[in-house]
Amino acid sequence: MTISNERKLTIARAMAEAIQEEMQIDPSVFVMGEDIAALGGVYGNTRGLLEEFGAERIRDTPISETAFIGAAVGAAQDGMRPVVELMFVDFFGVCFDAIYNLMAKNTYFSGGNVKVPMVLMTSTGGGYSDAGQHSQCLYGTFAHLPGMKVVAPSNAYDAKGLMTAAMRDDSPVVYMYHKRLQGMGWLGTEAGATVHVPDESYTVEIGKANVVREGTDVTIVSLGLGVHQGLAAAATLAEQGVSAEVVDLVSLVPLDRDTIRASVAKTGRLIVVDEDYMSYGVSAEVIASVTEHDISVLKSAPTRIAYPDVPIPYARVMEQYCLPNAEKIVAAWDQMKVA
Amino acid sequence: MTPARDEQHWMYRMMVTSRKFEESIEAIYMEGKTPAFNMADGPIPGEMHLSNGQEPVAVGVCAHLNAEDVVTATHRPHHQAIAKGVNLERMAAEIFGKKTGLSGGRGGHMHIFDADVNFACSGIIAQGMGPAVGAALSRKMQNKPGVAVAFVGEGAVNQGGWHEAMNLAALWKVPFVCVIEDNAWGISVAKDASTAIANNSDRAAAYGIPGKRIEGNDPYAIYEAAGEAIARARAGDGPSLLEIDTYRLAGHFMGDAEGYRPEGEKDALFDKDPIPRMRSKMIADGVATEAELAGIETDAAATVDAAISFARSSDDPAPEDALTKVFAA
Repeated sequence: MTISNERKLTIARAMAEAIQEEMQIDPSVFVMGEDIAALGGVYGNTRGLLEEFGAERIRDTPISETAFIGAAVGAAQDGMRPVVELMFVDFFGVCFDAIYNLMAKNTYFSGGNVKVPMVLMTSTGGGYSDAGQHSQCLYGTFAHLPGMKVVAPSNAYDAKGLMTAAMRDDSPVVYMYHKRLQGMGWLGTEAGATVHVPDESYTVEIGKANVVREGTDVTIVSLGLGVHQGLAAAATLAEQGVSAEVVDLVSLVPLDRDTIRASVAKTGRLIVVDEDYMSYGVSAEVIASVTEHDISVLKSAPTRIAYPDVPIPYARVMEQYCLPNAEKIVAAWDQMKVA
Repeated sequence: MTPARDEQHWMYRMMVTSRKFEESIEAIYMEGKTPAFNMADGPIPGEMHLSNGQEPVAVGVCAHLNAEDVVTATHRPHHQAIAKGVNLERMAAEIFGKKTGLSGGRGGHMHIFDADVNFACSGIIAQGMGPAVGAALSRKMQNKPGVAVAFVGEGAVNQGGWHEAMNLAALWKVPFVCVIEDNAWGISVAKDASTAIANNSDRAAAYGIPGKRIEGNDPYAIYEAAGEAIARARAGDGPSLLEIDTYRLAGHFMGDAEGYRPEGEKDALFDKDPIPRMRSKMIADGVATEAELAGIETDAAATVDAAISFARSSDDPAPEDALTKVFAA
């Protein structure tokens, strides 16, 4: 099908456009981070903004994540709406106090009298041999800690709408974008993430999952890059006569447990795909959402395909062995249907 | 620059109010904690860091601040909060963990937030720095009046985040002042055992900004130095660093036996207690009469008693209120 006014954007371009349109109407929005001005962000998500808004509002920072994320907290509490970038989520180790002790707790510790309306955007994911300090997802780490909303778009439409929603939210939002969905050629990219994006400003609700493919035999739940792997697996399964439903979580906090439960109630089978580490993470939370609600809907034990509990290696064959992919999802179905 | 008569009266009033508040908290804190000391017991549970002796820093700095100015404070925040004008009744109630507290009992003594006077705390060392610099940036970007002051202890200067924030403040030339309360001890570790240089104010040179050390825990000298730094910030000339010699007349926290202190050190500090010193000076300088100061002391005690009574008589929060206010309404 061809849409006459189709306007395909990469996630990087969709993020930049959302920020641009919001900055045009809201003077309290500004951007801080490393290499977000002249370079336009290592992943392209602030490209073109410096030229339009200048260095006061598109503000390159020193390599001082503790200081500038802490400063964003202070500016947000003082009436601004900062969008800050943590270049790689892996770098949270040098600045997590500003994130989870300040950004995420000041609303609560003030009894709701102080608001911290800021967006922390950060890149996630591996698959391009950057090893374990530049390839993690850490979805579960952020989603585990209370006080911050967490979103992870799988396509450019959601990316734009989620960014606009995040900038308008009065609570802090961690916006986790996957490097291999950004549409940056040099990183390799998932073509399915580049989709039609409306020109005008719009929001995508934070806390609402999407059923991106309907099916009746098994539910595949994932987020970010994993959604595309789930869709690829569903296409393969369809050739075998298996009808797989694919759920894109979109948001981890709040988590749309109702959509997950409704899908599994329909299919009776659940495969969770998560590029983050296996244990104590998103995959377990999704399964618990179903089992603690109504275990009787399950026709077989749920399965998860997640990163094994090891640091991410450099060597291509080792990393690819560990990462989720469509073949692993199909294999999981093969195991499951036997059970 | 000497504080005017009215300012001196205000400074003395705040110092006395703060000390009386701490003395009340100290007494109540021990309720239910004898003979066996268990931090979890009594009407005020948890850690308690008293500010006795450090009052001159709070009043010398806050004498130059208005409600619109921003302060970030430390885990030892009561004197700073009182001098900044935080609602004393609601602060006391917060310390008691009551429903009427500033955050309805969610924060407690190390997390005092009063948005009406732009006061915030963090219990993590040096982590008020970034938010203060960010608030200062916000004022500059919005072209709105107001400066931001981060109070930290001398131990905080050895945190990486302190240096990051100082660099950022100087780089962006924001209206910010860092005030180091040097009470010579990081819990049990003496400053000279933790810090490579004697005067942290020298570190200002690393950021190309003015730095000054003020000796003697003297509210007048602090007033003068803070006045210059804050005026400089208000004028748009950028941040400053002050290190203020002060005294920790209490333990690091309530229950601290302080076996690490050299013998005689505390006695010597009590001999230099800044409150009786300021009292004598005001009388000697003729800026206050004995009767006026006695009146201030009576008023301060009444103010504290009223705040404590408010806190004691307030209701506990509903337990399930713990589940609210995680996100903005």
